[in-house]
Amino acid sequence: METISFVTSHMDLIVHLLGQHLYIVFIAVGLAIVTGVPLGIVAWQYPRTGRWILACAAILMTIPSAALFGLMIPVLSIWGQGIGVVPAIIALFLYSQLPIIRNTHAAIANVEPALREAALGMGMSAWQRLCKVELPLAMPLIMAGVRVATVINIGIAAIAAYIGAGGLGSLIVRGIAQSDTRQLIAGAVMISVIAIAADYVLAFVQRILTPKGLVKLNSLSMKEATS
Amino acid sequence: MIQIDNLSKKYGAITAVENVSFTVPEGKICVLLGPSGCGKTTTLKMINRLIPPTSGRVLIGGRDTAELDTVTLRRSIGYVIQQVGLFPNMTIEDNICVVPDLLGWDKAKSRKRAAELLEVVALDPAKFAKRFPCELSGGQQQRVGVARALAADPPVMLMDEPFGAIDPINREAIQDEFMRIQRQVRKTVLFVSHDIDEAVKMADYIALFNMGRIEQFGTPDDLLARPVSDFVANFMGNDRILRRLSLLRAADIVRADAPRPDGGPGSMAPGDVAVSPGDDLRQVLCLMLEQGRDRVACRDAQGAVVGFVHQRDILVRLGDNNATVA
Repeated sequence: METISFVTSHMDLIVHLLGQHLYIVFIAVGLAIVTGVPLGIVAWQYPRTGRWILACAAILMTIPSAALFGLMIPVLSIWGQGIGVVPAIIALFLYSQLPIIRNTHAAIANVEPALREAALGMGMSAWQRLCKVELPLAMPLIMAGVRVATVINIGIAAIAAYIGAGGLGSLIVRGIAQSDTRQLIAGAVMISVIAIAADYVLAFVQRILTPKGLVKLNSLSMKEATS
Repeated sequence: MIQIDNLSKKYGAITAVENVSFTVPEGKICVLLGPSGCGKTTTLKMINRLIPPTSGRVLIGGRDTAELDTVTLRRSIGYVIQQVGLFPNMTIEDNICVVPDLLGWDKAKSRKRAAELLEVVALDPAKFAKRFPCELSGGQQQRVGVARALAADPPVMLMDEPFGAIDPINREAIQDEFMRIQRQVRKTVLFVSHDIDEAVKMADYIALFNMGRIEQFGTPDDLLARPVSDFVANFMGNDRILRRLSLLRAADIVRADAPRPDGGPGSMAPGDVAVSPGDDLRQVLCLMLEQGRDRVACRDAQGAVVGFVHQRDILVRLGDNNATVA
């Protein structure tokens, strides 16, 4: 009850923090798509380099977020950006790499060899094959990676409040510091809610981006599996 | 016309294809036949350079294909593979138009071409153009595969066991269909197969491969009647004599019989069995053996008797190894 009255009386603040939170997450994931998808394609095209790329992305994922924020403070301080939004975006960007790179790699690797042979045999260049065949077929799995990255990052972004990046994490930080459960619960619930909402929205985007022929193919094979 | 000139492929110390040479005249079907691993598919893929040759030349229409860049070369060659390889993200129409689109054809023109080609492969364009590959049966998909290869009207088609994954009944049908299309379009076709019946049925020429070399190159009748080695004789089978009969039609040896005591001249006696002029002699002979007769009547589509086929005429044909069957 108290939490609800806190939320209603602090609507302006909460909306502001929500905006900050989403801003950090979407900039980071947006940039991660721009780098992660090409890296995933490169990782498939050149398997030796690819092993390194995937290993590095996996190692990044294992660094605890608090430690990563701490590590970046001295480095980014050189440019006067030790704390705030910039290190938060960089950290989230790095955490997004693994799901996006790995899913892109797996999706391209999953394209049937016969389709690749047909594409080559009909005279598509490597670029045309990628754009006309491989990427459209890979789209559902790539988008699944983007969804995972987004949901993870909405959670991690809460911790970025500790380095002054703002966002809904601020409510939690202040709630702990002031022993104010209202703020703590409001922050935690809001973060869960936007994580779920973002997942739904991206699931919708994933459906739009999935080629129609694939949707039919999947529903047909589902029917076969259940009949 | 396709000329293969001393083509070889080596993988390290292993020779997959060794000094293969043959020529396929314009508008003819040449079947590359042989057991698995004999180099037939490797030879086919060296023609569109999906596999780069170690040495030797491929000439299409007298022109050395090594002078063309691979993309241009491949767009000028129709390519059909066993797994079909229709792109599941594209409609049937878009699949057929892949090469025209790559060549930058006008969209309206290429879509019209797709509809024509669907007619050619006996699929109703109104029904199929906007569908997706997953909504078609295997046989229908391969018809689309053939239409796609024909889209940009290439002079040459390469087909890698195109009907190998289709069940026997539909395979027969699609083979007949393809022969009908071929009579219409007259492409120079190279066709990989390991199925002797298919080769005998479709080929103008057969190149029989064994361990990376051509064991014998010739017409189906050459290979069946005059095998040059034990390998060829064994591969074509002990029943190759019967297979040879499938190259001949009833119309080839039908003759009008002299008047019979029990009927008018050349008319059917009660209980006579009839075949049609297009039936091959293998079928005709089977029918004779089944019915215990030494002659059958041959009737045209209108049901008029055009003559009779005699068992001894068939046997004479079989005994004659030098008969040219065309």
